[in-house]
Amino acid sequence: MKRLFKRFFLRPELSAIIILLVLVVLFESLSGRFLTVRNARVILGVLPELGLVALGATMLMIAGEFDLSVGSVFAIVPMITALLARLGWNIWLAILCALLAACVIGFINGWITLQFAIPSFVTTLGMLFAVRSMTVVISGGFPPPFPENAPEWAFTEQLGIIRVSILWFVGFFVLATLLLRNSNFGNWMYATGGDPAAAANMGINTHRVKIVCFMMCSFLAGFAGLIQLFRLKSALPSLGVGLELEAIAASVIGGAALTGGIGSALGAVVGAALIRIIDNGLVISRVDANWFQFAIGFLTIAAVIFNAQLRKLARGMKVSV
Amino acid sequence: MNPATTPLIECKQLEKWYSGVYALKKVDFVLYPNEVVGLVGDNGAGKSTLIQILSGAHLPDGGEVLVEGQTVRIHSPKVAMRLGIETIYQYTAMVHTMSIARNIFIGREPMRWQVGGVGMLNQSKMRQEAVTAIRDVDLELRSPDALVGELSGGQRQGVAIARAMHFKSKVLILDEPTNHLSVKETNKVLRFVSELKQQQVSGIFISHNIHHVFEVCDRIVVMARGEKIAELVKDDTDIDTIHRLLDA
Repeated sequence: MKRLFKRFFLRPELSAIIILLVLVVLFESLSGRFLTVRNARVILGVLPELGLVALGATMLMIAGEFDLSVGSVFAIVPMITALLARLGWNIWLAILCALLAACVIGFINGWITLQFAIPSFVTTLGMLFAVRSMTVVISGGFPPPFPENAPEWAFTEQLGIIRVSILWFVGFFVLATLLLRNSNFGNWMYATGGDPAAAANMGINTHRVKIVCFMMCSFLAGFAGLIQLFRLKSALPSLGVGLELEAIAASVIGGAALTGGIGSALGAVVGAALIRIIDNGLVISRVDANWFQFAIGFLTIAAVIFNAQLRKLARGMKVSV
Repeated sequence: MNPATTPLIECKQLEKWYSGVYALKKVDFVLYPNEVVGLVGDNGAGKSTLIQILSGAHLPDGGEVLVEGQTVRIHSPKVAMRLGIETIYQYTAMVHTMSIARNIFIGREPMRWQVGGVGMLNQSKMRQEAVTAIRDVDLELRSPDALVGELSGGQRQGVAIARAMHFKSKVLILDEPTNHLSVKETNKVLRFVSELKQQQVSGIFISHNIHHVFEVCDRIVVMARGEKIAELVKDDTDIDTIHRLLDA
């Protein structure tokens, strides 16, 4: 029994799940309209965008780095897609090229960080500005029109209570979970983030592991941007402004450690869900929406403290797992 | 050639310099099957550089390394491990945030299937073999799922040694394995090391503590300022001699 508790307390996403349940009860009792099909539909419609970015950010954080440029990548991928479509490209080819560009940005982030041994905070902060600027420049100041006969069915079509985007989100979540928990590459990610020197001593090519994670993170941010393009039907150069901080907040709330080596895909999903639920819950409970950022800020700090305390509690339990 | 006399590792005239300063100056070093060699010397004597070359962290700038009579180029830790040389570093042997089972198999995971080197772990095999590996070095184990960060320093050394034994290493390099350990745990680690030979494993034992070196080693190599200044058979020397060499 005690053993079970300890295992449970050591899960990185535990505190986020507890907070999630508390908030669901709170918002439902405040508004009486939170737990309705209609509201679930609203939340699930917007969740995948932040969720996918958080998923990538969490995986990168597990490998010991992080990425502030995700918000800009989130904008440039829809922009490239729409521009190429306007030039008469096949829409699928345009999407493929745009996602490839995202991977290249991720590669550059990783390569510069590792080659020059500078903090990824600096590299990706620079990339945040550079890519945002590129997005505005290539747009020519006017957002390109949303491609005609774009395949909405593949991204955002409403299917009853859910949109297709949720299926993508669930798919990527399952893939990320398998990668982290059940693959050898996941083992290398945790080792690289947990102790890069020890991982290297065991023959892990930590640079390669990190670069792949940078690329996955950028890819998912771009893919999320694509989903927003299809939902809003407009490739604005300002998409995803501030998203990097929400994504990092989601990862951290979900139990990922900024120092690397700790985190889970489920944590990223719960962290992102929490942010979207607070956003939505405040509105339908008729709380002034300007409190949203306050709530996220408070929650980020509280979740990390809560997590640390739970871990300490678990460590103190004199029982082996 | 009689295989019993072919050295497991032979270094000839090894040289290494960092920004113009010698870290190793024409060092010869030999390790035979079934022996434990102690490597002693002050900080900056070249011990670390020597083991870093043998474990694939650095390439030498001059000289050559032979493993079982063959000239080799150990350009990465993977190559060293493939040659049967396993190094247990003082601080960076294990990832503390990971479980024992996962630590044992970092980089050498048993797989169910894989494509191009990446695939699905065989986790039940990992856990089972972790339990066996640890039992084989006489460590009272908790579950293979326990985090390495929760173990004591001595237990951690034990797990690292278990890992090396599990992968049938021929040479185990131990970097200050008794530092920061309690007396009881130190004795345990020393016992591990002295039992290596029963399992046909040779060892290189680096330590500041000459008493520990004397307890487990057959030969002692003394280094200073990047050079080998003495090589002594334990039975023909004593602790005072070594101390005098080190203080000189």
